[in-house]
Amino acid sequence: MSATRRINILTSAVFLFSMSGAVAMLYTIDHMERRAVAQQSLYINSPQVLRRLSLGYTGLLADIYWTRAVQYFGEQHHKGSGDFRLLAPLLEVTTELDPRLLPAYQFGANFLAPKPPAGAGLPGSALALMKYGIAHNPDQWRLYYNLGFLYYTELKDYAKAADAFMQGARLPNTNPFMPILAAQMAQHAGEFDTARMLWFTTYQSTKDTNIRENAVEHLQALRVDEDVTQLEQLVARYREKTNRIPANMGELEREGFIRGVPVDPKGHPYKLMADGRIEVQDPQNIFFITKGLPPGAKSPVPPPVHQPDTK
Amino acid sequence: MSAGRTDARISYIAFNTFREAVRDRVLYNLIAFALLLSGAAILVGEISIDIERLVVVNLGLTAVTIFGVVIAIFIGIGLVSKEIDKRTLYTVLSRPVRRWEFVVGKFFGLTGTLVVNTLFMAAGVLLALLYTAHKFEKMDLWVLVALYFIVLQFLIICALALFFSSFSTPLMSAVFTFALFIIGSLAEDLRGFARIAHGPGGLLATAIAYLVPNFSALNVISQVAHGDAVAGRLILYNSLYALLYSTMVISGAVLIFQRRNLK
Repeated sequence: MSATRRINILTSAVFLFSMSGAVAMLYTIDHMERRAVAQQSLYINSPQVLRRLSLGYTGLLADIYWTRAVQYFGEQHHKGSGDFRLLAPLLEVTTELDPRLLPAYQFGANFLAPKPPAGAGLPGSALALMKYGIAHNPDQWRLYYNLGFLYYTELKDYAKAADAFMQGARLPNTNPFMPILAAQMAQHAGEFDTARMLWFTTYQSTKDTNIRENAVEHLQALRVDEDVTQLEQLVARYREKTNRIPANMGELEREGFIRGVPVDPKGHPYKLMADGRIEVQDPQNIFFITKGLPPGAKSPVPPPVHQPDTK
Repeated sequence: MSAGRTDARISYIAFNTFREAVRDRVLYNLIAFALLLSGAAILVGEISIDIERLVVVNLGLTAVTIFGVVIAIFIGIGLVSKEIDKRTLYTVLSRPVRRWEFVVGKFFGLTGTLVVNTLFMAAGVLLALLYTAHKFEKMDLWVLVALYFIVLQFLIICALALFFSSFSTPLMSAVFTFALFIIGSLAEDLRGFARIAHGPGGLLATAIAYLVPNFSALNVISQVAHGDAVAGRLILYNSLYALLYSTMVISGAVLIFQRRNLK
């Protein structure tokens, strides 16, 4: 074997060994628990400076920051951390770099507003984000819809929710549900039908499967809340009539209060408890419900969302 | 030059590379660095409140990185092509010097230049720290770790510049090396994106993400600026990573240079 050939074989072996070693080492570094400040820091937190540094390629930079915001939220959510302090600055940088990046407003407000563990518990920041989005995209009915939704679900300010829906309803390309939502909000803000319509509009106005699944889960939860409310009212009426609590659903049926044994959206019959309360059979599998839970149980939330479709 | 020992031949080439860089006035960058750092240390003390140390560490270490990367790229890309243009390579290879020894010697010469340069700049950063805080603190030790990580980055960049220089023109080598520096600095995000991609595209993205150099784990500047410690394991893993990665790239350079027709 010639000297050159020997060197080539040896160098190839060194090349392959060092490449495998480098990849293995990088994998190990990746899986190290490093201090949050090192991993979770904004490269630059001034949108103005970033805009200048981007040499005009603000769209690409905004996409990177938006993706970072999604990853950051997903990671914190997955870890069950209540610390979302970088979320609002990340979204601020994203939307300042590209004020027309609509998913950053729509999803960003949903990340920011709900209380932990479902979100960051920062409804004020969510509101500021939505208002900034509307100021830069006044022709987008979806942003008014999201603003109204935020007022309704998190801030419980029904008058402002109705106003936001109404403004969105006046836009030329609005969704047909917007004027109905505005009217419904003005007259029947706290009712199940209003909430149902909101979630139905969410479902039918998006193609994103995560958002659709989320809307379906909320619609199912609303059905459970409504069923439990109605069934407990019927138990109360039965008690008024007979001076005792029914032993089971069959008694309610025999007395004509219900027709058949009612079931939850998962197909399980509701349970009638000894104290007259109604419970679902498997509370951990029906997310977002506020009624039908065992005493002291918290409303279950689904696992973290995947990256939303930003198209 | 001794004809017998490989290490002697490599050392000779490395020393000549270093001497040539000094003769090319590369170390003059230290004057610009000193002016920048002392100016910033004085200016920030005048116009801001309580961020003097942060600025000295952030600006100082970032400047060390940028100056070093620029030197590594602009010297590294010409290491082979310049020797061919000036026809000195033929003189060297006509002696009992193997091609791989030439490449490895050039690599050590360039990294040696950068290490000396970094030592001077590190002294500058420490002096500026002393000027702002009037004393050294325990957390300043982590600044030295950050400087060590910067030297590790230079190892990889020197290897990349030499790799591209072994088969490409100086201009293209500079473009490729600088592009890989940028990509490598965003490597954590790149691997994050690869994790959320699925199917064959996801596999391809993961492979690329793991094969491009990882400079983000070697950048602990913001961490040490806040006085946070660097884990001992990270120092070990980063050292091994930089060593393995630069060995891989230099092996690639040797393989290409071995096959290159120099006639």
